[in-house]
Amino acid sequence: MTTLDSLGPSHRGRIKTVHGSHAISQRLMEMGLIEGSTIEVIRLAPLGDPMQVSIHDYNLSLRKSEAALVEVERCT
Amino acid sequence: MHLSEAAASFALVGNPNTGKTTLFNALTGLSHRVGNYPGVTVERLEGDLKLGGRTVSLIDLPGTYSLAARSQDEAIAVDVMLGQHAGELSVKAILAILDANNIKRNLYLLSQLMELGHPLVVALNMSDVARRHGIEIDAAALSQRLGIPVIPTSSDRGEGVDEVRRALGEALENRGSHPARGAQLPQELVRQVDALQAYLLSEEATLKRKVAWAEALRILVDVEGEFEKRLLRELGVAFLGRLAAFRRDVESERPLHALEAVARYGWIDEIADACVRRPSEMARTKTDRIDGFFTHRVWGTLALLLILGGIFQAIYSWSAPLMEAIDGFFGVVAGQVSSLIPPGPLQSLIVDGVIRGAGAVVIFLPQILVLVFFIALLEDCGYMARAAFLADKLFVRLGLSGRSVIPLLSSFACAVPGIMAARAIDSRRNRLATILVAPLMSCSARLPVYVLLIGAFVPGRSLLGGWLGLQGLVLLLAHLIGITVAIPVLLIVKKTVLRGPNSPFVMELPPYRVPVLRNVLSRLIDQSRAFLVNAGTVIFSVSVVIWALSYFPHPASIHQDFEAQRAAQGSPAERLLLDQQEASAYLSQSVLGRFGQVVEPVVEPLGWDWRIGMAVVGSFAAREIVIATLGTIFSVGSDVDEGSETLLGVIKSATWPDGRKLFNLPVALSLIVFFALCCQCVATLAVMKRETASWRWPAYTFAYMTVLAYLAAMATYQLGMRLVA
Repeated sequence: MTTLDSLGPSHRGRIKTVHGSHAISQRLMEMGLIEGSTIEVIRLAPLGDPMQVSIHDYNLSLRKSEAALVEVERCT
Repeated sequence: MHLSEAAASFALVGNPNTGKTTLFNALTGLSHRVGNYPGVTVERLEGDLKLGGRTVSLIDLPGTYSLAARSQDEAIAVDVMLGQHAGELSVKAILAILDANNIKRNLYLLSQLMELGHPLVVALNMSDVARRHGIEIDAAALSQRLGIPVIPTSSDRGEGVDEVRRALGEALENRGSHPARGAQLPQELVRQVDALQAYLLSEEATLKRKVAWAEALRILVDVEGEFEKRLLRELGVAFLGRLAAFRRDVESERPLHALEAVARYGWIDEIADACVRRPSEMARTKTDRIDGFFTHRVWGTLALLLILGGIFQAIYSWSAPLMEAIDGFFGVVAGQVSSLIPPGPLQSLIVDGVIRGAGAVVIFLPQILVLVFFIALLEDCGYMARAAFLADKLFVRLGLSGRSVIPLLSSFACAVPGIMAARAIDSRRNRLATILVAPLMSCSARLPVYVLLIGAFVPGRSLLGGWLGLQGLVLLLAHLIGITVAIPVLLIVKKTVLRGPNSPFVMELPPYRVPVLRNVLSRLIDQSRAFLVNAGTVIFSVSVVIWALSYFPHPASIHQDFEAQRAAQGSPAERLLLDQQEASAYLSQSVLGRFGQVVEPVVEPLGWDWRIGMAVVGSFAAREIVIATLGTIFSVGSDVDEGSETLLGVIKSATWPDGRKLFNLPVALSLIVFFALCCQCVATLAVMKRETASWRWPAYTFAYMTVLAYLAAMATYQLGMRLVA
């Protein structure tokens, strides 16, 4: 199983599912992390966490612990 | 007829970073009213909206991505729109603002708003910027699909504002004439929401309100959300079983929230396919290029340090001349008034009570203005989110997020603007935790106390071959005590009063924008006014009360005694000394002085006598007053500062009644430690009350900091005395 936190900068993935507790997964889905959407990792913060991703034409920051809840399929 | 129209109000709703504030200011002008919703920490902003000949009020609701409220603060927006907020006018129509640059995520909230049953008008903002990025939105087609008016706007340039006004006027006239066509939620979900709503309507007598469909949806879908919690408070926890049954009956393999989100985004995709044209590959935008620098491993970190350093330096030193000017101004006024009114209780009340009290309020304005200016600027241009992004990891282990960096850093200059800056923290628990520890950061008002005591009692020895003086080291340590203590305090607070899972750090990094001067100005005006009106009243009153405590009963016998002595003395120097001794005698006879004498046994374990104890208690109006009080009680006059040679000499030679020296190194250190940790600052507590809308948090803060300060000062003194011995 590949999760979003394992993607490196400028790698893309297609979202399969969002796991995790109700509140966090609901928040992620509201922000557009819906199955089938393409998400790209832009960069990591200088201290290695959180990560900056791009989805639906906007930039989002989320912690790796939250990105680990997002199951993705690597895009080539 | 006119009455009902005056009472009508519109709500402005939208995602954060959509230019909502700019549109609000463009529609209402600068004459808006700021306040707090009762019981929560959310700011309430309302302005007058002129529609043709009529005036309605426009409420600017906090920016949000969804109606699924996870805290009382987030529930406010929904409550206001549903007309369930006590004391609020009912909302007659909603102006929804969408950012054309990321229309998809913005449509999510709109799809929820469409289920509230209010007439809607959509402002499609920043269409001009979107077009430059190659995004074309067919507003007419969008309007037709949604069944509501969609008006392209550019609030930064003031384009489309008149059209929005016109559309709102029409919405007020022919309510509900546009049949809105929103997202189709799955049948199995809709059926259960209907069933739940029907059940809750049958409970109307107990609930004392009619539950709207949109609220029933939130109760059903948001497991452990704010609306569920409220309903359980109203109907009792037993209702949870019934609610679980309603949820179970939605036959789906997906969790309920996924069912909702997937359906809404499905609807959004259809709309976007029909009305939005975008390049298949987005070009690198200006924001991407700027981000390449500002979030860069090396340059981004450096830029953050420079910006934070600059802000700190600005609050610390830019405001200093202004503060001195204010101080000087109130000094001149006090002098003028003293010469107009004969000495006596009235003169003292006006000079030492009223004028000094007003000065104690206004003195904070420069620091507030400087910090609010920078924060408004950084937020408006989009850098604030980057600062939080860069710093987040440092704060995660403390249970906070990167958003705490500016409030806590600013508190090293002054906790008052620092606590106000905590508004930028989106999670309520993190915001309160930050506010609770902000006064532990060593502020500039503590510095004079440190300087006086270190100068008097810490030997000027140099360490590390002259690189560091012992005095400098002690000063550094005095600044570090607070941060060191803040860490365990945060960990404890997040496990007790503010326990709960660390809130997610799912934060938008908005596009960079040129800050709008008008937004920055209106923030400056609003926040200064809020401080002067709310916190100012408290600070002023406490200053006057402390004046009274240190003035009364002011027995006439003391004056007669000293008059007799003065008559016997010739030289002006001796008369001055007598004047100072008279002031000291009055102070020790005052309520405050007597209180100090009664509680001396309490402060004795700290190595203090009643005079020090009283000066510390009296400094509640403002920390730096402790020096003036010490000056008065040790008979050298109240117009002393931390560098005063006479004050230094006097406190060095002060003794206990049995002849022992009052001050020594352990006593000085115990005072320093006490001041580093205590919250003897009414301004901090008053601002905390204003920002948290409750006396509970300032009470907590005062209690825990005083206890900590007392214990640490006692440990310092006792340990110090053993080492000295």
